[in-house]
Amino acid sequence: MVLYSLTFYLFSSVAVLSALMVISAKNPVHSVLFLILSFVNASGLFVLLGAEFLAMILVVVYVGAVAVLFLFVVMMLDINFVKLREGFLQYLPFGALLGIVLVIELGILFLTDRSSNIYNNQTPLQPMVNEVENTKMIGQILYTEYFYLFQICGIILLVAMIGSITLTLRDKGGVKRQNIDSQNTVDASTAIEKKKVKIGEGI
Amino acid sequence: MNFDILITGLIIVAQILAVVVPVLISVAFLVYAERKVLALIQLRRGPNIVGPFGILQSFADALKLITKENIIPSGSNKIVFILAPIITMVLSLAGWAVIPFAPGWVISDVNVGIMYLFAVSSLGVYGIIMAGWASNSQYPFLGALRSAAQMVSYEVSIGFVIITVLLCVGSLNLSKIVMAQQTVWFAIPLLPMFIIFFISALAETNRLPFDLPEDESTLVAGFFTEYSSASFVLFFLGEYASMILMSSMTVILFLGGWLPPFDIFPLNVIPGVVWFTLKVMFILFLFIWVRGTFPRYRYDQLMRLGWKVFLPFSLFWVVATSGFLVYFDMLPN
Repeated sequence: MVLYSLTFYLFSSVAVLSALMVISAKNPVHSVLFLILSFVNASGLFVLLGAEFLAMILVVVYVGAVAVLFLFVVMMLDINFVKLREGFLQYLPFGALLGIVLVIELGILFLTDRSSNIYNNQTPLQPMVNEVENTKMIGQILYTEYFYLFQICGIILLVAMIGSITLTLRDKGGVKRQNIDSQNTVDASTAIEKKKVKIGEGI
Repeated sequence: MNFDILITGLIIVAQILAVVVPVLISVAFLVYAERKVLALIQLRRGPNIVGPFGILQSFADALKLITKENIIPSGSNKIVFILAPIITMVLSLAGWAVIPFAPGWVISDVNVGIMYLFAVSSLGVYGIIMAGWASNSQYPFLGALRSAAQMVSYEVSIGFVIITVLLCVGSLNLSKIVMAQQTVWFAIPLLPMFIIFFISALAETNRLPFDLPEDESTLVAGFFTEYSSASFVLFFLGEYASMILMSSMTVILFLGGWLPPFDIFPLNVIPGVVWFTLKVMFILFLFIWVRGTFPRYRYDQLMRLGWKVFLPFSLFWVVATSGFLVYFDMLPN
């Protein structure tokens, strides 16, 4: 039990600190790296809750794919640090508003009866030992009760994907593309043309 | 109470050392084996001076590298520059936590073992990107960009291959994946997926013919151009350790892990860990053989192979396998 609490406080404090660093780091690349650290710690918290499937999905999807592309873009940007700091005061009220709304929402969540039961139960720190693996449990719920919602999510993602492809796919002229099939079918009869050249004349 | 925690902690540390130390030693011999096999392919002798048959060559090289001066470029982002090789090394060792070497021989037999391996191998790209960015120099940066796009692309098809295997097993636990192959190794019914997985593993570990991130003919040494001494050693060790990790993953998914090829008398007396090691060595030999045989891919060809060949094909196989399993009512419960 002591070990669980210790690891919980380790993961959560590092997650909160790195989340703070995300918004306060001067270099945007450092911000993204702290964001990744925060994700990894959040997945550690999921493991402590016994939700190992969610933890791994968080690492695979957010850290392994989304954050890589994020880092990729941020690295290539030519960032003007002075201009970035000019924007800080401009966006401060909006950010503060968002923060206050979130804090109020969390407060409501903890003050209502339903969640206070969970809160008083003292169980969240222990991993829940079940007969059924939670991967299986998620599958059983996702593909039966929430089947239509799940399918709708899939369709939304598909539409978003097609949309982003059509937005970025532009056929610029003058790009040479390799047609591997036609290149592989080339043989002597199609590639070489024999000509009889008269001496002293050239082609 | 504290005494119990101490004992458990000591046992865990001992288990970790029992896995990590052999892995690091086998990295040294893998480097030697690679140089020797390449030499034989190219009709040379290879290392033959240090120790009998040159077998201690890698240790001599490691000593030489570590005693050199560690140079940190003045224009670099120092913290990230130093962190990058450490992250590469740690990630290539972290995956070993869930690898079952024989029945019960595993540090942590988690339910989502294969997902954990997939997650760790997908994190491997960070060491490279951070190194390329922190070096603050053109060639490493180009190497990092190439590797980011490459590893993300090939992860997609690796994911689909893993899903096909999982459909046949019905569990994400690595030991259960091995035990599901008692009747037949998955390499036989899922042969095309085995081949795709092997090729994607080459791309995921940045090995030839997909070693564009460190392409020496165009990028000097790619993402580790600016690295020297101990930090270079960490990259080197990390790369080879993740090569062995990917080979073990291939063996567990497709070649029946610790299981003998046939469950008959002289074969099933041999301990499982021996079979496991032999199979991993076979896959590693394939890695080296490919390196000695094929020329490097051009970058657009690499992307074409990943997205236009492997992705549709593996997607088709996921659908085909699940359709087959449902139709013949062979789905694991």
